[in-house]
Amino acid sequence: MIRLKPKDQRLVLAVVALAALIGAGLLAAWALRNTASLFYVPSEIVSERPGPDRSVRLGGMVEDGSLRTLEDGITVAFVVADGKARVPVLFKGLLPDLFVEGSGVVAEGRYGKDGTFKAEELLAKHDENYVPRELQDMQQHKAPPSLQETSTQ
Amino acid sequence: MHGFANPRRFLSLARWLTPLLLAGGLLITSAALWWGLTQVPPDRLMGETVRILFIHVPAAWLGMAGWSAIAIASLVHLVWRHPLAAIAARAAAAPGMFFTAICLATGSIWGRPAWGKWWVWDGRLTSMLVLLFLYVAYIALAQATEREGASSRIPAIFGLIGVINIPIINRSVVWWNSLHQPPSITLGKSAIAPEFMWPLMVATLGFSLIFGGIVLARMRAILADIQADGRLRRRAMETA
Repeated sequence: MIRLKPKDQRLVLAVVALAALIGAGLLAAWALRNTASLFYVPSEIVSERPGPDRSVRLGGMVEDGSLRTLEDGITVAFVVADGKARVPVLFKGLLPDLFVEGSGVVAEGRYGKDGTFKAEELLAKHDENYVPRELQDMQQHKAPPSLQETSTQ
Repeated sequence: MHGFANPRRFLSLARWLTPLLLAGGLLITSAALWWGLTQVPPDRLMGETVRILFIHVPAAWLGMAGWSAIAIASLVHLVWRHPLAAIAARAAAAPGMFFTAICLATGSIWGRPAWGKWWVWDGRLTSMLVLLFLYVAYIALAQATEREGASSRIPAIFGLIGVINIPIINRSVVWWNSLHQPPSITLGKSAIAPEFMWPLMVATLGFSLIFGGIVLARMRAILADIQADGRLRRRAMETA
């Protein structure tokens, strides 16, 4: 039996305690993986189908070209997609500044039986990219030549 | 390393390092903020609100670094019983709490125009709020143990337990889908354009130097308190 100095005993104890603590934390985080998520992604909401009586959040990308205003002039319709599923969304109200096609959105509302999500609140989700306006213009300027090539051929 | 555990040697080092860190940090931070707030172009989507980044990110980093420092100092205090470690942990708590509060406040101000909401109970925001409460509890506990003359190992154990929240904050946007954006800066790559990245890095350096200066200044103040206490006690013994 090895006899440890008091200092080393304390070190071993602290390391074991920390390892147990981190293990417990990881287990808790793993257990919370569904409930701690802020929203359903489209493929989850399509497979899990939360009833229309429950208020839920739906998060994903606003599909390019899907955003349109309905005839009443205040209701907007768009499609939220995650690459696996597409959910049509209806929303009546003011749109946040960062809400654009091809960008992230979190909609709070109810998932109807007909598969349409009726949103009561829209939150724009910002992605991790930070790009100045000038640079974005440059990227757009870069795009046309390749398009011209394909269109002239 | 053992040399710096000697309070006398620490004090002779801290005496010139404290003003150097504080002055250097203030200078670098003001330069970075001037750069970030007036010179940097607006973001493609966020526009002018992107400038909050230059305060929000350094504050978030220091809020988390502060607790990491408390945890490391607590471990050193518990295992090796270095007297300076307990003082260092105690000194890092208040600035850590301050920067965590700044992070939450600036994030909220940014969230209103960007997301459309001041506050959302998502994983990142909630775990950061928990960190603020941990700081408040740590400071209250450290003050109470000091006042009651209880062992300084009690706050040290709390400091060590609280460190579990740090990886949770860091991973919250990866484990759970959240409104807060995923990390922009990961090992080896960054999704932040260099126009924003450079002032952000300079601001982070400046804020960190200020943080270091505050911690050293507070450690000197706590040491001076202990010395004054000791002197008073000795004088009381002599006169008695």
